[in-house]
Amino acid sequence: MHPILKLVAQRVALSLLLLSAASALIFIGTNILPGDVAQSILGQSATPEALANLRRVLGLNEPAITRYFDWLFGALQGDLGTAQTNGRDIAESLSKRLTNTLFLAFWAAIVSVPLAILLGLLAVRYKDRWPDKLISGATLASISIPEFLIGYVLMFYLGVQLRWFPSVAAIRDGMSLGDKLEVIALPVMVLTLVVLAHMMRMTRAAILNVMQSAYIETAELKGLSGLQIIWRHAFPNAIAPIVNVVMLNLAYLVVGVVVVEVVFIYPGMGQYLVDHVSKRDIPVVQACGLIFAAVYIGLNLIADLVSILANPRLRHPK
Amino acid sequence: MDELKYLGRKVATGALNRRDFMGRASALGLTATAASSMMAGAAKAAGPQRGGTLRAGVQGGESTNSLDPATFASSVPYMLGRCWGDTLVGVDAGGNVVGRLAESVEASDDATSWRFKMRQGVEFHNGKTVTAEDALKTMQRHSGEDTKSGALGIMRGIESMSTDGDTLVVNLSSGNADLPYLMADYHLIIQPDGGMDNPAAGIGTGAYKVEVDEPGVRHSAVRNENDWDPDRGYADSVEILVINDATARTAALQGGQVDMINRVEPKIVDLVKRVPGVTIQNVAGRGHYVMIMHTNTGPFDNNDLRMSLKYAIDRQEMVDKILRGYGTIGNDLPINASYPLFDASIPQREHDLDKAAFHYKKSGHDGSPIVLRTADAAFPGAVDASALLQQSAAKAGIPLEVKREPNDGYWSEVWNKQPFCCSYWGGRPTQDQMYSTAYLSSADWNDTRFNNPAFDDRLVQARAELDLDKRKGMYSEMAYMLRDEGGLICPMFNDFIDARGDRVGGFENDPNGELMNGYALAKCWVA
Repeated sequence: MHPILKLVAQRVALSLLLLSAASALIFIGTNILPGDVAQSILGQSATPEALANLRRVLGLNEPAITRYFDWLFGALQGDLGTAQTNGRDIAESLSKRLTNTLFLAFWAAIVSVPLAILLGLLAVRYKDRWPDKLISGATLASISIPEFLIGYVLMFYLGVQLRWFPSVAAIRDGMSLGDKLEVIALPVMVLTLVVLAHMMRMTRAAILNVMQSAYIETAELKGLSGLQIIWRHAFPNAIAPIVNVVMLNLAYLVVGVVVVEVVFIYPGMGQYLVDHVSKRDIPVVQACGLIFAAVYIGLNLIADLVSILANPRLRHPK
Repeated sequence: MDELKYLGRKVATGALNRRDFMGRASALGLTATAASSMMAGAAKAAGPQRGGTLRAGVQGGESTNSLDPATFASSVPYMLGRCWGDTLVGVDAGGNVVGRLAESVEASDDATSWRFKMRQGVEFHNGKTVTAEDALKTMQRHSGEDTKSGALGIMRGIESMSTDGDTLVVNLSSGNADLPYLMADYHLIIQPDGGMDNPAAGIGTGAYKVEVDEPGVRHSAVRNENDWDPDRGYADSVEILVINDATARTAALQGGQVDMINRVEPKIVDLVKRVPGVTIQNVAGRGHYVMIMHTNTGPFDNNDLRMSLKYAIDRQEMVDKILRGYGTIGNDLPINASYPLFDASIPQREHDLDKAAFHYKKSGHDGSPIVLRTADAAFPGAVDASALLQQSAAKAGIPLEVKREPNDGYWSEVWNKQPFCCSYWGGRPTQDQMYSTAYLSSADWNDTRFNNPAFDDRLVQARAELDLDKRKGMYSEMAYMLRDEGGLICPMFNDFIDARGDRVGGFENDPNGELMNGYALAKCWVA
């Protein structure tokens, strides 16, 4: 077998193992939370009879291990079960939310990744001069401000005062792409500001590292311009750490945007997960957890593979 | 006078509020009475208008919500239910029972047998005619052995139900003059066949038919052209956006993306008031914030200790600081003037550190810290309110320790379990219902473990008493017992604070609940 295929197979197998371990952890975590589903659904208005009835209906009297394996086998067959709280099909509700989350993450990535890399390149080109300092200062400031605050500030000025963009990102079916992009404009801006600095700084650091090499000096001597050297010679050799940090940020755009979703009322996965955690709806929490874990592990897998493929020494092991 | 007409129009469209109108009108030389009657006339002249879409940004919706009325527990499903469904009877802003799907209500002399005569010719959204049978099935679904309905508690006094032609007959095990109020509960939406086959279908007799149902995100409904009630359903469609974040909710109203919002935080009300085109609608209701002691658990089993805390609390300070004035002080009773048959002559308990210190000494408490459990889940500002009580108690020499609990799991782990904690009550339409829910010794939610046989007796007697004066006297007697012996510290009654944009016409305050008791979307119009 080709060593690369073998490597990929190994990585994928490892990822699946990780995923099943994650599902077990999620299950244990949800089970040691205080309170139970029935109590959380009925809230303060729970009478003992209503509680007992609901517990029986939800099958909460079964042992935990049975519930876990029932669910796991169902999930393997694509059946995530029904939400205990409102009896809806989880796969159906979830796919809509997941699509929304991916849509937002996609556009935030489309804006932020090229921007971050470009800014990183510029920062290297003008190292220690005012453009470098401005770029670093601005992006570091934006990552240091809590994202909800950036959200509120943009909402107030661009949404309420200037009315350029709606403050509520109420995306819905049947909207044209243009309308959709308009309603998600503010959240995309916030997410971009949040992830920009990390990627930009890593691009800058990685390329600066490469810039010390002898072949860069050679390129300079043969008369290439500053940006050409960076783009043609430094960037390809710095790609591995950059991809790593880009993937980490993409994963964050999918799994870590609960706060932005809440601020802009965006119907994504995060809000869906939080609602069901607070109602102890274990099947939904597990399904969400599993998807989040899969996204994280999958993106890291891609990052690993890309950095291997980008490095001839790893691509052709002796 | 043209100027006055212009002002009148502005009032009618909501661009000017009452106070501004009166101010400007008196500047034009009009007396207050004349201005007042002019304003009413102008507002009416504009009248309801049909068309458009009304949108509400509402806190209290989760992705876990269902259209099954039995599961309603938060604001969004409750408001949506008001749009698509009807109960047998309703309670108006004045606290009177009014007929909805039941045209008239009759009681036997001892209030044990009740007859609800159904309105004729009303159809469900699916075209089926509403019958007494549907009402019967609905009540059975909410009171059955295996129900998980939030209305189960109030259905418990019912011994048997049957239909008699177009009439639903309800027989009680003991008389209850307040039964119609119980039947007005928002869970008890009449569904075709009682919703036995598909409880979450969202099919009812309301002014709007559910069109989009995305729990925790958005719900919309279109006008039911076949609606039986001509005084509602003015907008072509209504929409509820779930906006749980307070800042986002206010921004959505300011940015014109929604027309009305609920639960404006007291601390920002004064700022919101200054926003052009936005009107604050606040109304004193029956909801109240409480600190509750288990009267059967030490050290709270000592009435002197309970009294010392009741005297130590500074109610006015709480209303000023926690509610920013949007509320009224409590009197260690769950009842206030919003309730029918309230005895207003019961003296107000004052903040009195000397009496607090006296009762504390008399209680002989060993001086170990008294633990008060709190969380912001109990009510907004509960943690701050607990700290205020701690400080004023310290002045009377009472050692209080505030223990902050996580919001998550507060209702299952702390409330009704720990002997002293913060909580809230939304209030009930009648005194009987409030007392029966939480102060009868056998009540499930007797969260103060109040056990007073004389109180229980009076409650049952008053329930079957149809003579209003006698009933009022009994309630007054009970109020004194609870106020002077109970485990309830009630510092304040909170106002419902909503806000609306100037597109909304016909908004009327209703002390029964937020956003016109949930009817705002169904009853307002686009002005």
